[in-house]
Amino acid sequence: MNMYIQPEYEVIRNSDKCIACRVCERQCANLVHSFDSETGKMKADDSKCVNCHRCVCLCPTHALKIVKSDDTYKINANWDNQTINEVYKQANTGGVLLSSMGNPKPYPVYWDRMLVNASQVTNPPIDPLREPMETQLYLGKRAAKIERDEQGKLKNTLAPQLKLKVPVLFSAMSYGSISYNAHESLARAAEELGTYYNTGEGGLHKDFYKYGKNTIVQVASGRFGVFKDYLESAAAIEIKMGQGAKPGIGGHLPGAKISADVSETRMIPQGVDAISPAPHHDIYSIEDLRQLVYSLKEATEYKKPVIVKIAAVHNAAAIASGIARSGADIIAIDGYRGGTGAAPTRIRDNVGIPIELALAQIDQRLRDEGIRDEVSILVGGSIRSSADVIKAIALGADACYIGTAALLALGCHLCRSCHEGKCNWGIATQRPDLVKRLNPDIGYKRLVNLVTAWNHEIQEMMGGMGINSIEALRGNRLMLRGIGLTDTELNLLGIKYAGESM
Amino acid sequence: MKYVIIGNSAAGIACVEGIRSVDADGEITIISDEPFAAYGRPLISYYLLGATDRHRMLYRPADFYEKNKVRALLGVRAEKIDAAAQKVVLRGGEEIPYDKLLVATGSRPFEPPMEGIGGVKNKFNFMTLQDALSLEKVLSKRKNVLIIGAGLIGLKCLEGILERVKSVSVVDMAGRILPSILDDAGAAVVRRELEGKGAKFYLSDSVAKFEGNTAHLKSGKEIPFDILVVAVGVRPNTELVKDAGGEVSRGIVTDEKQQTSLQNVYAAGDCAESFDITSGVRKVLALLPNAYRQGYTAGVNMAGGEAAFANAMPLNAIGFFGSHVLTAGTYEGESFVQAEGNVYRKFFCKDGVLKGFILVNSPERAGIYTSLVRNKTPLSEVDFKSLEGAPNLAAFPQAARERMLAREV
Amino acid sequence: MKRIYVNEKWCLGCHLCEYECAFANSGLTDMVKALKGKTIHPKIRVEDSGEVHFAVNCRHCKDAICVQSCISGALSKGEDGVVRIDQNKCVGCLTCVLVCPYGAVMPAPSGHAAMKCQLCTDNLCGEPNCVKHCPNNAIVYEER
Repeated sequence: MNMYIQPEYEVIRNSDKCIACRVCERQCANLVHSFDSETGKMKADDSKCVNCHRCVCLCPTHALKIVKSDDTYKINANWDNQTINEVYKQANTGGVLLSSMGNPKPYPVYWDRMLVNASQVTNPPIDPLREPMETQLYLGKRAAKIERDEQGKLKNTLAPQLKLKVPVLFSAMSYGSISYNAHESLARAAEELGTYYNTGEGGLHKDFYKYGKNTIVQVASGRFGVFKDYLESAAAIEIKMGQGAKPGIGGHLPGAKISADVSETRMIPQGVDAISPAPHHDIYSIEDLRQLVYSLKEATEYKKPVIVKIAAVHNAAAIASGIARSGADIIAIDGYRGGTGAAPTRIRDNVGIPIELALAQIDQRLRDEGIRDEVSILVGGSIRSSADVIKAIALGADACYIGTAALLALGCHLCRSCHEGKCNWGIATQRPDLVKRLNPDIGYKRLVNLVTAWNHEIQEMMGGMGINSIEALRGNRLMLRGIGLTDTELNLLGIKYAGESM
Repeated sequence: MKYVIIGNSAAGIACVEGIRSVDADGEITIISDEPFAAYGRPLISYYLLGATDRHRMLYRPADFYEKNKVRALLGVRAEKIDAAAQKVVLRGGEEIPYDKLLVATGSRPFEPPMEGIGGVKNKFNFMTLQDALSLEKVLSKRKNVLIIGAGLIGLKCLEGILERVKSVSVVDMAGRILPSILDDAGAAVVRRELEGKGAKFYLSDSVAKFEGNTAHLKSGKEIPFDILVVAVGVRPNTELVKDAGGEVSRGIVTDEKQQTSLQNVYAAGDCAESFDITSGVRKVLALLPNAYRQGYTAGVNMAGGEAAFANAMPLNAIGFFGSHVLTAGTYEGESFVQAEGNVYRKFFCKDGVLKGFILVNSPERAGIYTSLVRNKTPLSEVDFKSLEGAPNLAAFPQAARERMLAREV
Repeated sequence: MKRIYVNEKWCLGCHLCEYECAFANSGLTDMVKALKGKTIHPKIRVEDSGEVHFAVNCRHCKDAICVQSCISGALSKGEDGVVRIDQNKCVGCLTCVLVCPYGAVMPAPSGHAAMKCQLCTDNLCGEPNCVKHCPNNAIVYEER
């Protein structure tokens, strides 16, 4: 017997407002809404609703809302409804629970326990509307020392750099996990913003090679879509060792999502599951990693920075030190709240560590070892606002990857059902009728709006701190104070408690 | 430049608009024996019906003549064209010189010889506003009306007066109503509707003779009446051109620019012939849309522009008491029929194109069919099965749709 | 002139444009009041055919055959290029319906006249309400 599980959310229709235009019905790929021709009224099947809010947003009279069901088992602080339901689901099916997007559990969010400083009296703030405020930066190795030739002229020993006009990049999301139109939106936005988007491990669609100078191409354990032109097209190459949402495991794109186009781009057969192994089978040590880093540099004539991306895990700092010594130009760290197109729920919700702590520790470790300038640090895994960006940079990051925030800008409502492939917003789907719901003309503009707005806010906050260059904020932990944190947390973050003076 | 237009209905007005699209200044003179500003001629039945009035039935806004700098000689009859001297001679002898002349003299009712018709009191035609105004004066709920002719004019007259008189009977030699535009089955649907409203039809019959205001039909039936409307047919007014030496067949013969065989003389409207692209035959297409397009084309060419009207075809939109009959093209080739209740749809296909159609009470988006006929669109290029069911643009190839909806047209 | 153009690539077939059209032309400011329990008669119509969707409304043709064919003079093309219908003059003969190649002129619900899109110049919207509310830019209002 399959245990009946009460739907988690209910579709509430204000029948005084509903004009039965049936837009909700046409827009729901989950077939929640239907029209009852006998009563002339709309109906909803709550059990199919994933709470993506597509209907709520498109309802012209705002007659819909989705509410959390108040149906409950007997209240139990230990066995909450969801926990019990998950047991029922697994007892029903025998399957691993799957989830998407980032960890939704109520773990502490350290960004929200840090406060930013501002100048008063003795160190005047800067007005970004009147004075230059630089948010442009470069990612890559910094020369450790200045070298001169025999004539005494400076030798150019600078490793290849990525120039960013804003301290924000779009993080890796593969074509396959997200749609063609989502990719086009990201690519065009990156171009207009003067930043980068990241192909993820799904290869680069032939239509998007023209955005190459704003593209970071990924080389992951499945090596999907990796070949000469792919590497050469890009501004930088990222080796994906791990992902914050699912550290320690590989990826699995179901065959149903391997459309003809995805198959061509990934260079794998159509309709067959795409498995990314958990490890790179040629990398079992920093030395092995170094070989891949240099293979990629060799293949691209040392013209492109190589990024190594890892999930934030318990010994991230030591791993980062190894990466810095492997020859990589940039380290990307992905926190445990990072999003995913599909991950086992238990992994997503229980594995990895907060990006804030990992970042602080990595930055400190590299400084302590005197190799901080060997690499730039990119962080991602739930950067939600310009304030998070400011705090991340003050903690030691060079720039931030945003994924979930970018998808939200494109329309995502965090229903966390990407793995079902029926994204009503046309983002995490390959169904042509759904993909077309995301018009890149609109999508790219919304992304540009978002990042432009953040950049304004970043400039405002920098000005408040009396800092006029984003590079001057990097690792400037005196600009941060903790609140509601234990001594251990403060130590790990390397910041003082709110109220403590310099 | 002196432009003269004989005729003040659709073709004449269209000619003014055609001229003014090229030449803002030339002198335009309109001559008409009707004493009214241009009105929608087919509206006279709607006038009697009460669906419009004298003001609303004006074909163009009241300031049309002034705005377009047109001298309108209304209530004045043009008697003669002196093609050599480029003059129009008016009744009374006045001469109007022209550089370019449009003849848009329309048509007049045809009245077949019928025994005793001279003794009929209250006999009317139904062509002009004056006809309608005269007819209106005698209408009353006590009167019985006999209409001879169940064609477009006769039946529109029927619609216009049916509610205002005691009875209306219609006699026609043909075996069905609207014989020129409907087939038997389509006509039966419309006839049923009109009979439902109280009209009486005597078809395949004709008047043998009149005795006073009683018609004796060939079948032996007798119809007493108070008012007689003769709507048997019309004849194009071609005499002006014919007498001036211009080529006239059934109507005035013109080329695609609407020029007659006389130099600087053009013709348009119900007096002129068109080349019907659906039948491949030159004929008089006495239809307002046709008159307008001919008149406009003539105007542009008269003013020195370049225009050709090369896709004339029969088109009829006629309605009675809320029901609609829309037809187009020529009824030849293989036919496809759909009939249900008061809806009747028939399509004619030949040589891989749609040649014509009849739509009774199914007017929605009919123009899509018309364009198939007009453009001679190969049916192999569209999903005709789907179009047969209902007109739609989805049945066209994507590229064609893009041309229609995503570009300036 | 600015016209409404259709890009069927982005049309989702949601039919919102039809409701926004009906609302815009209702003369009311409350959509619920305007449309609830009513059959709508929009001047823009969406065609759905499998995965293909697109909206159709008046193209405001340069040489508008509906204007040329109108028997009453109810249809006219303004100096702004907008093809308008004076429903007061229209007698509902439907010649315009018979000649419009796009099927964009339609019988009005009254049965006594035709109706068509007038680019919201005849209501208080100012710009075409269908375009304003299209969620995916499948219909745009621009110079081309």
